[in-house]
Amino acid sequence: MDIWASLQRIYAIMAKELVQMRRDRMTFAMMLGLPIIQLILFGFAINTDPKSLPTAVYAEDNSAVVRRVLSAFEQSGYYQLLHKAKSPEQGSEWLAKGEVSFVIHIPQGFTRKLVRDEQPQLLIEADASDPAAASNAIGQAKEIVNQALRTELLGPLAYLQTPAAQIEVVIHKRYNPEGITQYNIVPGLLGVILTMTCVMITSMAMTRESERGNLENLLAMPTRPHEMMLGKICPYILVGLVQTLVILGAAKFLFAVPFFGSFGLLLCGVMVFILANLCLGFTFSTVARSQMQAMQMTFFFFLPSILLSGFMFPFRGMPQWAQSIGEVLPLTHFLRMVRGVMLKGNGLLALQQEFVALLLFIVVVGTVAILRYRRTLD
Amino acid sequence: MSELAIDVRGLVKRFNDKAVVRGVDLQMPKGQVWGFLGPNGSGKTTTIRMICGLLEPSEGEGRCLGFDIRKQARQIRDATGYMTQKFSFWEDLTIRENLAFVARLYNLPKRGQLVDQTLAKLGLTERQNQLSGALSGGWKQRLALAAVTMHKPDLLLLDEPTAGVDPQARREFWDEIHQLSNQGMTVLVSTHYMDEAERCDKIVYLAHGNILTQGRVADVIQRAGLITFQGKGEQVRRLAEQLKGTPGVEHVAFFGAALHISGRDRAKLQSAIQALPKDDTHWQEIQASLEDTFISLMQDAGKDTREHG
Repeated sequence: MDIWASLQRIYAIMAKELVQMRRDRMTFAMMLGLPIIQLILFGFAINTDPKSLPTAVYAEDNSAVVRRVLSAFEQSGYYQLLHKAKSPEQGSEWLAKGEVSFVIHIPQGFTRKLVRDEQPQLLIEADASDPAAASNAIGQAKEIVNQALRTELLGPLAYLQTPAAQIEVVIHKRYNPEGITQYNIVPGLLGVILTMTCVMITSMAMTRESERGNLENLLAMPTRPHEMMLGKICPYILVGLVQTLVILGAAKFLFAVPFFGSFGLLLCGVMVFILANLCLGFTFSTVARSQMQAMQMTFFFFLPSILLSGFMFPFRGMPQWAQSIGEVLPLTHFLRMVRGVMLKGNGLLALQQEFVALLLFIVVVGTVAILRYRRTLD
Repeated sequence: MSELAIDVRGLVKRFNDKAVVRGVDLQMPKGQVWGFLGPNGSGKTTTIRMICGLLEPSEGEGRCLGFDIRKQARQIRDATGYMTQKFSFWEDLTIRENLAFVARLYNLPKRGQLVDQTLAKLGLTERQNQLSGALSGGWKQRLALAAVTMHKPDLLLLDEPTAGVDPQARREFWDEIHQLSNQGMTVLVSTHYMDEAERCDKIVYLAHGNILTQGRVADVIQRAGLITFQGKGEQVRRLAEQLKGTPGVEHVAFFGAALHISGRDRAKLQSAIQALPKDDTHWQEIQASLEDTFISLMQDAGKDTREHG
């Protein structure tokens, strides 16, 4: 009989739990939605052997052999030849901005030297700031060139087909020549930590007031939406800046991450990025009905931020649709900023696109927050 | 500016098609203390929120202190003090921090001094650095009242300010309300307590989202035309069952050891009493109380809404 009563109680709790689960739509959506999102992201978007990396070509020589070599790069799948650079400087600029991952330089007289068996050079400049993104493509480069020669050098040129390489492939790893993972991860971590704390803290801002019964009082007093928003956001800018200093200190003293760019410029970028995240958190907070919901929204946002921003996996290795989603996330732009400033020594000119993107994000999200802000209890 | 502090007409509020307030007209002159009465869910809180611009009416319009309740919510907020039913100040701020926060939001001059004065008046100067969450229910309400009146509003809206507060604290609270009224504040206060209703200049009785009656307490009782007999004796508990449902007996209620039966037809009530088995119960006609009147009004209103669907 005791067991029967106990089973009854277990059943009562189970039934209540199921009813509550069904009423809490957000949790329900999360339980169904998260596995699907994760499956799609991990299954399709993330690629640890990134292919089709954007590549620029600066060719000072043009011949059938050159074209054959270049098309071999393209056919390998690792390199996607997108641009033709007009000067070596232009190629370097693209590399700094992150628009291309590689610049292939074919020097003058390449074909002539090849025919004369003088071992011409083929130069590949690689953005090695993310060692994972570049290493496979770099490793394949020599093989690609040799393969191309083997099929190209026929007929009268067949005598050049010796086991030794007739082309010297010179690889110039820029920004992180030793391929130290920390150099890439630690600056990235700054963005990840700021994203998580800033969005989470402010997403609680309004929900906490309503959950504790303070909202009615707050609304009954003369406060305007923008006053509320700025008042809620500003204290956390300070918190974010303190976090930044701690992480940058650790980057320098614990991990010896180099810092080539301007510290002031980086701080500007950090401010804008913090603001973008705080605005987003505040917007969540005007939409969510409880602190729990605000937490869930933060998590929903955090997951793609980590996976699609280029923090964990090479951004250029993702399919186009995933890159498009990534472009919307503030973290993506911040990573380019922080890595650009620290590892590449980029200036404002190279970063202006990222600044514009973040400011645009702030304007859009901030407007949504002001519009969504409840002036009444309706 | 009109002489009416509150002048609203035809206020209707629906939540998901469910009407909570169904056409409230209220004209309240300045400088008075009015009681807002009615059972739970009768629409008191919703009406008060519409008056101070916290909820947008589904229908109807009106003015509060001369400002349009739909379009000038900001001006209304500046000039009213609204004390919510549940304590809505910050429990994780100290008493002083709460007052200072409010003073700053309203941009009050000489803030520090004002907060000091308010604390002294409350008798909380020594406890000013305690978290307000640590205060007892009665003290919380007094703190809230002090906080919502710091900016000297013209109109004070109090939503069940004394619910769950002990009698002593309630009396002190009401003394405070009368003091504020003497300073010229208009006060609309909702309550469930009959003794509090009797301290008001006028009462407004709300049920099912409609105003059933309003006026001075004595007028409301008289207008209802209720006749009440009081029975005292050993057997009244048994008699109560018997009297329920007897023609002419509209309602039956205990007041301590005494039984009150009321109705609108004296003759029928008398014959109902006559028909009871003879025992030592002593019956006499008494003045109907406000509570009898309200219960009777509410039952009538209940019948109406059931009949009209």
